[in-house]
Amino acid sequence: MEVGAYVPVALFLFAVIALVFAPLMTWVERKQSALMQDRIGANRADILGIKAIGLLHPIADAIKMITKEDTVPDGGDRLLHTLAPIIATVPAMISFAVIPYGGSYQAWGAEWDLVVADLDYGVLYIFAVASLATYGNVLAGWASNNNWGMLGGIRVAAQMISYEVAMGVSAVGVFMIFGTLRLTDMGFAQQETFRLLGFVEHLGWVGAGTWWVELIKIPMWGIFLQPLAFFLFLTALMAENKRAPFDIPEGESEIIAGYFIEYSGMKFGLFYMGEWVEVVVISGLMTAMFLGGWSIPYLPDDVLVEFLRHGVGLNMANVLAMIAHVATFFLKVIVLIWFQQLIRWSVPRFRYDQVMNLGWKILLPLSLANIVITGLGILIIGEIMN
Amino acid sequence: MTEQVIFYVSAFVALISAAGVVLNVRNTLYAALCLVITMLSLAVLFILLNAEFIGVLQVMVYAGAIVVLFLFVIMLLNIRGGDMGADRQPVLKVIGTLLIVGASVKLVPLLSESRRAWPEVGPEFGTVRAIGGTLYTDYLLAFEIAGVLLLAGIVGAVVMGKQRID
Repeated sequence: MEVGAYVPVALFLFAVIALVFAPLMTWVERKQSALMQDRIGANRADILGIKAIGLLHPIADAIKMITKEDTVPDGGDRLLHTLAPIIATVPAMISFAVIPYGGSYQAWGAEWDLVVADLDYGVLYIFAVASLATYGNVLAGWASNNNWGMLGGIRVAAQMISYEVAMGVSAVGVFMIFGTLRLTDMGFAQQETFRLLGFVEHLGWVGAGTWWVELIKIPMWGIFLQPLAFFLFLTALMAENKRAPFDIPEGESEIIAGYFIEYSGMKFGLFYMGEWVEVVVISGLMTAMFLGGWSIPYLPDDVLVEFLRHGVGLNMANVLAMIAHVATFFLKVIVLIWFQQLIRWSVPRFRYDQVMNLGWKILLPLSLANIVITGLGILIIGEIMN
Repeated sequence: MTEQVIFYVSAFVALISAAGVVLNVRNTLYAALCLVITMLSLAVLFILLNAEFIGVLQVMVYAGAIVVLFLFVIMLLNIRGGDMGADRQPVLKVIGTLLIVGASVKLVPLLSESRRAWPEVGPEFGTVRAIGGTLYTDYLLAFEIAGVLLLAGIVGAVVMGKQRID
């Protein structure tokens, strides 16, 4: 496989994620919180009187961040103080590489796979890269030569380690169902549908093709096959993202701002940008694993292409299908982003011990139980099918 | 060609940073960070050898979790260089020197004879499926024993954590 061919795709994706989604997130965050708190929200920035419902605020914020003075505290570690925000941001950006935002399409003799890196260990790559982001936050706390920063850094380390366990274990059920760690394979598997009542036919209670057995068909999405894992995994990912209600490393009311207390200007902005890109990555990963990826429910790829080709020919049909799928994928991502924002502005911050209890005493046992139940389920269904 | 360049760069970085782990006596945190860089370079070497799954686990477990715990301890206890007293223990120095000499005696002939061609491997080699299959068939006993060992470690940690300080 030629690496060079993917560079334009990768750049396009990076542009979408980093340059469009992350700044938009600042606007979404402010507007949605304003909506939920019965305020107006960002609406002042304007260019020649055009305000565009506050959409210019991200630009104003970026200019402000870049032109601000960049300070390093006395006695702080200058090298690590500068490196830390970069280490915290880069993993979030590169982890989107394995998330497929479309299927595989043939048009004009070329095959287009809409994923930057189709890795055999796709989900693990995200886990591995995301776990490296921890260093950015921990080192930021240490390099600031500030006790609040230090406390924040220690809290980050503790929280990340705790929830990485629950995160990994809760995803195992999905790996078992789809039999793969490759996110594109999961995407293709989730195009299928299954009959909810199919077991009565396999058990021989009714004849093949009974109408009410065929009636209820459900897409093979992760959320329907692994409903418990969906909530466990989402909770663990949100804790890894360390935004409210899991923002104990920041904890303004306890440790002022935690690990980035001594940061200003764009370095400070990078921490926020990293968090927002993480929100997008979380939504993309959840979509790929649980919400069917790019698939449109009840409409498999080949049926869609077959339907479209009558008017416009096979090549254009593939391109149209590709556009429809990418739009579907990003629609699902946007819904998940909205859902995360909803939680972020609804639930107050947990106490430190509550966060630890949730991770170790609730999420981890439930995730382990989910693995056992999934194993039993696969065994029983396998018996019935034969 | 590209692979060779990547190999030499990451091997060089691995050696330098491994030396950094030992030489950063004054600054324990930098030593831990050097360890992270060593782990990451080793992961690159694993991936070059088609052992991609092992390489990713190397990043996830060692670089992403274990060294984070090291950092956690270093920051929580605020360990400075020399606190561990390693430079005041001549016994450790003697044992260390002996171990290095012993390892070199074994390593030198091994390195000089290992210039043979690499075996060809199939496309399945190093995938999650292949490694899982091997672990659960050929090496099941070793795998289970490692699991029991980890369980013992967890139980030990729980027992130590439960003891009240009066």
